[in-house]
Amino acid sequence: MYTAIMILVVMAGIGTVFGFILAFANKKFSMEVNPLIHIVEDVLPKGQCGACGYAGCMAYAEAVVLNQEVPPNLCVPGKDVVAKAVAELTGKAAEKVEPRVAHIRCRGTVDKATSSYEYKGIEDCAAASLVQGGPKGCKNGCVGFGNCVGSCPFGAMSMGDKGLPIVDMKKCTGCGACEAACPKKVIQMISMNAHVKVDCNSKDKGAVARKVCTVACIGCGICAKNCSYGAIEIKDNLAVVDHKICAEKCSEATCFAKCPTKAIGVAHQLKVSESINLKATV
Amino acid sequence: MKEYLALFIGSVIVNNFVLTRFLGLCIFFGVSKSLNASLGMGMAVTSVITLSSILAWLVYNCILLPLGLTFLKTIVFVVLIASFVQLLELIIKKQAPALYNMWGIYLVLIATNCIVLSVPILSVESNYGFGMSTVFAIGSGLGFALALVLMASLREKLVYADVPKALEGSGVAFIVAGMLSLAFLGFSGMI
Repeated sequence: MYTAIMILVVMAGIGTVFGFILAFANKKFSMEVNPLIHIVEDVLPKGQCGACGYAGCMAYAEAVVLNQEVPPNLCVPGKDVVAKAVAELTGKAAEKVEPRVAHIRCRGTVDKATSSYEYKGIEDCAAASLVQGGPKGCKNGCVGFGNCVGSCPFGAMSMGDKGLPIVDMKKCTGCGACEAACPKKVIQMISMNAHVKVDCNSKDKGAVARKVCTVACIGCGICAKNCSYGAIEIKDNLAVVDHKICAEKCSEATCFAKCPTKAIGVAHQLKVSESINLKATV
Repeated sequence: MKEYLALFIGSVIVNNFVLTRFLGLCIFFGVSKSLNASLGMGMAVTSVITLSSILAWLVYNCILLPLGLTFLKTIVFVVLIASFVQLLELIIKKQAPALYNMWGIYLVLIATNCIVLSVPILSVESNYGFGMSTVFAIGSGLGFALALVLMASLREKLVYADVPKALEGSGVAFIVAGMLSLAFLGFSGMI
């Protein structure tokens, strides 16, 4: 009988002591949480996809509520509906969600790009890249084993017969899974409204780039000179387009006309660009 | 001093909790996919084991032993550890948000883990003194972290290996863990 009573006393005692300690700590160490964060989180799709650049929907809700500089339109799967709701809740200006698609910045098919050795290992881009930067002559180009194809959750990518992946624009949601899967950073998400695109990722000097691939960007800068809005810049021997300036200001793109290797071109596949004036292509 | 050292090395390597006693296996397979996560988890487990086993030692020797209620240790330790982890989470969240961001998700996982419970139980069953039980706890935590880091490093390399389709993922991880455990079995009898 004594033991039974002691068990009750000890267990109840320990439980009560810890209960009080926890209650006290909860009060003492409580964090003021902005209730708006939870409201915003409820609006988000809660797919936890991370396309906004945050660890999850909760992290994005926290950032968008607390930080004035975080825009309300980062949620890609939520599209305009969510962007609008978040903007309303946080009192920020509602901007449209830029629809994005995957863009493969390489045209170095087997007949156009040289290869520096024959690779006979595991068919995986990351593994192949570990061996002297991959079998391709161009060390920044597509390795061609299709890590991106395997990573696409929407089945929007397939491997073309010439060693480069192909994106199905109708299926691509712009989630960015392939961008993360590519060890060479060949794939980039670009806005569907983009007018022009650079189909090359080579950061080598012009002569070197030309030697290993006939369609490489050689960083000559002719496109940058032909752009009247300063939207093109040469960074590391590679033309980089600021798609924002490009889409907002330019209606008659001429930058790509004189490209010696045709590394920069019209973003044909993208819906809006079809309506812009393409005289310069002729 | 000598026995402290022997106990420490014993708990880190010879009697490694994961690889020779097979405890804490769920975190071992769950968090060993990337090296960074396994480092964070290893540190979190080490600190929780150490602090909770100090607490458990005090409760056992000051309350349970004098009252003759040692058979209650399992249930008391479960309550102790669960509330202690909660407390630790609250404190870290407020005092060190950076640490919380790194450990926060692991702390909750640890609260109900067998390795955290088994260390205080084993140390009171072996009648360790306060110093010995603390050293034992630190050693066990570090041993767990070591096993986790070794496994994570292997699994990061394993991604590039040509694994038969049927064994991809968990299958090959189990095989690797088995071989790792065999290797650690080679230490047995050292102390």
